[in-house]
Amino acid sequence: MEKLEALAYDLRIKVAELIAKSGCGHIGGDMSVMEILVDLYMRHMNISPENQADRSRDRFVLSKGHCVEAYYAVLAERGFFSWETVMETYSRLGSPFIGHPNNKLPGIEMNSGSLGHGLPVCVGMALAGKLDGETYRVYTVMGDGELAEGSVWEAAMAASHYHLDNLCAVVDRNGLQISGSTEAVMGQEDLAERFRSFGWHVICVEDGNEIRQLDAAFQEADEVKGKPSLVIARTVKGKGASLMENRAEWHHKVPNQEEYEQIIRELQERRAKLA
Amino acid sequence: MNRIPNRKAICDVLMEEAGKDRDILVLCSDSKGSASLGPFAEKYPEQFVELGIAEQNLVSVASGLAACGKKVFAASPASFLSARSYEQCKIDVAYSHTNVTLIGISGGVSYGALGMSHHSVQDIAAMAGIPGMRVYLPSDRFQSAALIRALLEDEEPAYLRIGRNAVEDVYEEGNIPFRLNRAEVLKEGKDILLVSCGEMVRPSLDAAFLLEKRGISAAVIDMYCVKPMDLETLLLAAEKAGAVLTVEEHSLYGGLGAMVSQAVSLHCPKPVRNLALPDAPVITGTSKEVFRHYGLDKEGIAEAAAELLERGGGL
Repeated sequence: MEKLEALAYDLRIKVAELIAKSGCGHIGGDMSVMEILVDLYMRHMNISPENQADRSRDRFVLSKGHCVEAYYAVLAERGFFSWETVMETYSRLGSPFIGHPNNKLPGIEMNSGSLGHGLPVCVGMALAGKLDGETYRVYTVMGDGELAEGSVWEAAMAASHYHLDNLCAVVDRNGLQISGSTEAVMGQEDLAERFRSFGWHVICVEDGNEIRQLDAAFQEADEVKGKPSLVIARTVKGKGASLMENRAEWHHKVPNQEEYEQIIRELQERRAKLA
Repeated sequence: MNRIPNRKAICDVLMEEAGKDRDILVLCSDSKGSASLGPFAEKYPEQFVELGIAEQNLVSVASGLAACGKKVFAASPASFLSARSYEQCKIDVAYSHTNVTLIGISGGVSYGALGMSHHSVQDIAAMAGIPGMRVYLPSDRFQSAALIRALLEDEEPAYLRIGRNAVEDVYEEGNIPFRLNRAEVLKEGKDILLVSCGEMVRPSLDAAFLLEKRGISAAVIDMYCVKPMDLETLLLAAEKAGAVLTVEEHSLYGGLGAMVSQAVSLHCPKPVRNLALPDAPVITGTSKEVFRHYGLDKEGIAEAAAELLERGGGL
């Protein structure tokens, strides 16, 4: 698991390089969601380039699609495509590596970008698994600001109604969205209770940037029977570089040269401590 | 007089095929009664999914199921399906390119006196504007059944609009010349071309017979495939006619008429008039009364055709 902690920092450095080079991206959420994606793809889910056409593979939808740079970094690490291609073509004219997940690329099941779509789509995928008697699991990662979308709650009702215990939703609970704090924009402090009242099993992860805690949560979700699981992972927006951490303006800010150098330096320092 | 609505014909096909293919699924949003899909739900409970009054969820769940290999037919009132869940149709169905057929039931002004909340007179414009979404308005029960059979054979997204009430047959049992994405020329004629879709096809054909009595020769095309529109058939007929009249149960903006006008003006310019519903909540009444009020019945269509020709369409 230490290796995965270190990998998360390696990938953060790649993402910072990508955003600085291309001049666009959602760096704050990329940094907060990194360990969630790393643990799911490198340790927990049964998804690989070799089994991506198998009906029995696990399914994943990145509902907070704007954090696609982190997603590209993890998919490249998992072998779905080369990181060099991402670096060379991201957001360029005609590139399939656009600013939100695109299912023309290997490893990506569904297009996303508009918020509030991942959970309902995954309800469909989980229902298909139940109907077919398959044992695959279905995962989605949502942002916390995204939870204001009504479609999330329509899906939450359906998921418990159909007892979708093969469904695990994750909230990247970094507490910030584009306009500021989630609590100031549309409060959700009793989030766990809200989902419990919708019939979900809720697991709160105190440090959602720690692989060990996340992994335990996903294992707990695996064991739950008769209801869907929600993992609320407390994360830090901009995690890894102090000038970005917990600051809403880094939702989609592109660092200038000075900031970029500081970000890379700090990420490398933290990475070195993990090695 | 036919008493079988198109929705019943669709249910019959789905019931017939579902027994042979377990991947066929029907989804509803508390709409199985309105969609005539109750018998399907009863006979194939394992292939029927109820989502409750939640159209956004209906469409996203449909696409998630389709992404896992299911052949999904999601039926909900056209008014809600084409508006409340528009973004889900755009992103999860069309953009993610999932094998979902969206069935807009009780479309147009089928719900008559229930008011604008329950009317869908913008659905052609809305759905046709989505890249990759096909739009079909079958004209009778036979064509509805043939269309569903054809859509079962492919994996492309589609939106299909049908009305609530039984409509007079356009075709005859055992003689349904259906070709996917090809319009049907129902009647040849040299003076004017009538192009219609959905419930407007039958009155357009009847109008052509009325025009015959007045010495006007009218051709009629059933353009059930509004998108992709069959331009070959359209332009071949338009070339021969002095003018073109389009007829649709839809707003004047962005529907069949607008699309026909675009094609005719580019390829064979001549007078085109679009008969459609006004840019206002429609008058209260049954759909039949509403059609009559706006000249969308056979007499109104015939009158509009004659007027168009008098104004410079070639007579």
